[in-house]
Amino acid sequence: MIQHPVFSVVAGIALLGVTSLAAAQSPGRSFNPKTSLILQGTFADYSSDAEPEVSGVLLGPETEPRPAGFSLAETELVIEANVDDQFHGWASIALENEDGETAVAVEEAYVDTLALPAGLALKVGRFFSELGYQNHVHAHGWDFVDLPLVYRALLAGQVNDDGAQLRWVAPTDLFFEVGVEALRGSEFPGGGDAGDGSEAGVAFVHLGGDVGESHSWRVGLSHLATEASNRLTGEDVPTAFTGDSDIGILDVVYKWAPGGNPSQRSFVLNFEAMHRREQGTLTDELSGVTSDYEGDQQGSYLQGVYKFMPRWRVGLRLERLRSDNTVANNPGGEFDALLDDSYDPGRASVMLDFSNSEFSRLRLQFSRDATRPDDEKDNQFFVQYVMSLGSHPAHQF
Amino acid sequence: MILRSTIAALAALVSGPALALDIFATVPEWGALAHELGGDDVKVYTATTALQNVHHIQARPSLIAKYRQADLVIATGADLESGWLPALAQKGNNPRVQPGAPGFFEAFRHVKMLEVPEVLDRSMGDVHPYGNPHIQTAAPNILAIAGPLAERLAQLDPEHAAGYRARAAEFEQKWRAALVRWEAQAKPLMGVPVVSTHRDSSYLYAWLGLKEVATLEPKPGIPPSVGHLEKVLEGLKKQPARMVLRAAYQDDKPAQWLAERIQIPVVELPFSVGGAKGTDDLFGYFDVTIERLLQGAGGAK
Repeated sequence: MIQHPVFSVVAGIALLGVTSLAAAQSPGRSFNPKTSLILQGTFADYSSDAEPEVSGVLLGPETEPRPAGFSLAETELVIEANVDDQFHGWASIALENEDGETAVAVEEAYVDTLALPAGLALKVGRFFSELGYQNHVHAHGWDFVDLPLVYRALLAGQVNDDGAQLRWVAPTDLFFEVGVEALRGSEFPGGGDAGDGSEAGVAFVHLGGDVGESHSWRVGLSHLATEASNRLTGEDVPTAFTGDSDIGILDVVYKWAPGGNPSQRSFVLNFEAMHRREQGTLTDELSGVTSDYEGDQQGSYLQGVYKFMPRWRVGLRLERLRSDNTVANNPGGEFDALLDDSYDPGRASVMLDFSNSEFSRLRLQFSRDATRPDDEKDNQFFVQYVMSLGSHPAHQF
Repeated sequence: MILRSTIAALAALVSGPALALDIFATVPEWGALAHELGGDDVKVYTATTALQNVHHIQARPSLIAKYRQADLVIATGADLESGWLPALAQKGNNPRVQPGAPGFFEAFRHVKMLEVPEVLDRSMGDVHPYGNPHIQTAAPNILAIAGPLAERLAQLDPEHAAGYRARAAEFEQKWRAALVRWEAQAKPLMGVPVVSTHRDSSYLYAWLGLKEVATLEPKPGIPPSVGHLEKVLEGLKKQPARMVLRAAYQDDKPAQWLAERIQIPVVELPFSVGGAKGTDDLFGYFDVTIERLLQGAGGAK
């Protein structure tokens, strides 16, 4: 963002191949437009080989844990620059391994305004929604190998949809921000057959500030309302859902950095609670059995990440999910997975990571997973690397 | 009537009061300079303290809230604040201070940059493509920035232009006198070999003639390891140094580790306004810096 328009022009010329010009000028220009490539990979080991289902919810697409053994996680290319004095553009393209083939996914591709008056900003395109706290955090910025369980179970990962976002920041010393998003609604928990292409809406409000020099906080409330039409879930026997899905999220983050210096020691505490209600009909695609359905699922996580010395951090994350669903018609037990309330899925993770510099990170994680039906426990072990090449975009709070 | 006054109040809230120029300074030195040049015509908010590592500041909600209200952002630039200022710009929704707008002032554009790299490669550490961004450590740089900054203040707030120019002239006169005094005091420092913690005092060394023989960080931004410290220690046997310098915000341990082994003093430099007792303004910052350097050089064997 911090760049002189002239430099963008020079960088553009350099990209076209006239590199000698850029080389003759100050070398500062060679990082513009800001380009970065994120390299990530994991080694994973699981003690259980049971189907990774979660009791009480129908999981959306791409919610499986990382493959066992060695695997490349998404390779992410990010390009960003000011378009001109009014617009800023950002694209992040992910290359992912899907069933042995490389899939190209446009994770984000948006344009946002630089110069709207009165504290307003508009963003259009495809972007990570401002839902919750972690929804907009790119994989390389996660504090654990995987997203919290509530994201996996209730949002099928992160919501990145096509649409528009309007955001307003108040001119006050207490940080106060409100925003609304109108989205296509093609992403889980919406999705399915195409509707009119604007079926989801998000509203969010954030408050934040400092307490003294060493403490800062942010609290957010957000809500997603979307519609699903024949949304298919489940790998072997698909279940289709048609109806309304609503999620409310409370997120709290508190950061401690002694004297405002996070580089020596720091602590980040993060809590999110989500509550999802779904109302509509379910169809078991195999038997054709249909039922009215009211889903009521809630979950939360609490995580703390402590940097105990420069470059080294430890983290603990505790998670819980609870459901209370109503299925009117279940003649042959087709919807048993939704009705299993014998116990609440949960997960506990510890991680240790080391960052040689702010551009490289190596991580170990152990998770005790108790999310599957029938109280099946899984001990999960991960080794991960995250590396970023090039000009690294500044991270949000 | 009530409706009209409510709208007026809301408009005032949205546009902000036009009484004093709201200044957002990224670092204390520019906050202090804005005070010198702006007097009562400006309201200065300084985003960081001299005890913080300005490379690693989080884009906290409180900073976004202040950025949102600013009429002028004074930054060092040259990528010093690249870890957080872009995030503030992105979330702060304030076109008055967007890069390229008159309300965005980058100090580095007004001084001669040192250590501009020939090659950009991260294996060299967190190198800054525009050169070493710690420009405030040489007093002549402050003067080079004061003039253009006063002009910018006058441009943004033409009503008080005369006041900004008058204060700038007065500041220049006082600063020139101080420069003569500091340079005379610092004569004994000419050619004195020193060890730095981070490569953050290059402008100070170039100004006063100190000689950096080693740095405790193996590469800029990479914290000192024991292995590297051993190497520095070995090197210092051949090429001794008179003191180890550490900025107030930096970890004391590596400097102490080295100092204990070769019996030279560790000198803590304020690094900016507010980094030590007696550095409430820019004059005090350089008074204390030179005083401590002289003590360190004199106290050596």
